[in-house]
Amino acid sequence: MGELNLDHVDDIYFDVLKEIGNIGAGNAASSLAQMLQAKVEMKVPRVELLDFNQIGEAIGGEEQIMAGIYVLVQGDIQGSMMFLLEQKSAQKLIGNMMSAMGMEPGGGEVLNEMEQSVLKEIGNIITGAYLNSLSAMTNLKITESVPDLTIDMAGAILSVPAIEFGMVGDKMLMIQTAFSNEDDLNGYFILVPDLPSYGKLLAALGINV
Amino acid sequence: MSELIKVGMADLKLCPKGQGITTLGLGSCVGVAIRDTATKNGGLAHVMLPDSTAIRSNQNIAKFADTGVKELVRLMEAQGGKRSRFTAKIAGGAKMFSFSNNTALVNVGDRNVEAVKKVLAELKIPILAQDTGLNFGRTVEFFPETGDYVIKAVGKPVKTI
Repeated sequence: MGELNLDHVDDIYFDVLKEIGNIGAGNAASSLAQMLQAKVEMKVPRVELLDFNQIGEAIGGEEQIMAGIYVLVQGDIQGSMMFLLEQKSAQKLIGNMMSAMGMEPGGGEVLNEMEQSVLKEIGNIITGAYLNSLSAMTNLKITESVPDLTIDMAGAILSVPAIEFGMVGDKMLMIQTAFSNEDDLNGYFILVPDLPSYGKLLAALGINV
Repeated sequence: MSELIKVGMADLKLCPKGQGITTLGLGSCVGVAIRDTATKNGGLAHVMLPDSTAIRSNQNIAKFADTGVKELVRLMEAQGGKRSRFTAKIAGGAKMFSFSNNTALVNVGDRNVEAVKKVLAELKIPILAQDTGLNFGRTVEFFPETGDYVIKAVGKPVKTI
């Protein structure tokens, strides 16, 4: 089993990685739909090699303000997973969840502590759903850390995985799936395995890099 | 004012007097703005990692604090700048999340800032102002004519250093 070389990525790898995005995000989207009691539409996953200066544009511009829930992916593979929501969507999602639990959401621009922990918990469930299906599909042991939350510019959030790829090259590879619903809820599931883990994922699905 | 020159992640560019230059959404990366106080020309580097010698894939010299700052200075000198007149302002180097899986990347923001300071000290370029560290992203705009370095962050007032 070799390490994926980002200078020569076969088309078939992209297809397999997109399928990972499809299944993982499908599971995550249905758990989100369950929470919201509403339909959530998932877009076709994007798996592309991105130059560092294209990363922000991939999710609506470097300065797009996003709520980012970030977990470390651990176990047989390493990397990170992010659940990114446009700021307004995050507020809406928190509002829905808190009302459903009989709590009063603050509703302000800045999230209070309770709202932040609700959002972290939502992120935890969503990323868990994604990673569980990935684990079932590949037979790899995959766990996640406790979630961390930041509300900031997309460029600044995505610079975290980008810097990791910066240590091995000048491009980043991520498995990105956008979702939305009729209620104007917009966001992304982003899985960023590290480079050796891409090889393991592909190998687990019968493709030797 | 004409449109700002845009510098991407792991990138650097020159900016002539009378124009402005920007880089968007700096997280743990550092935006190094250098100005020639006589010609009032300048440049901006967006560096991602502290040390090119610690990494095998180091062809992109704009990516690293050590090589990126030196390259920006070299380009400014090639355009008639004099290093003895150069001054610097720096921003960025935040810690976006409280953890990272890669031990080499723990506190990469702090280490980027330290590395930038080290190379500027080696080159004898004084740092006039800085807005670094903490846990939020920054967009910066640099105007070499006045030396203004404008810093924008989510939910915070715009700041000029």
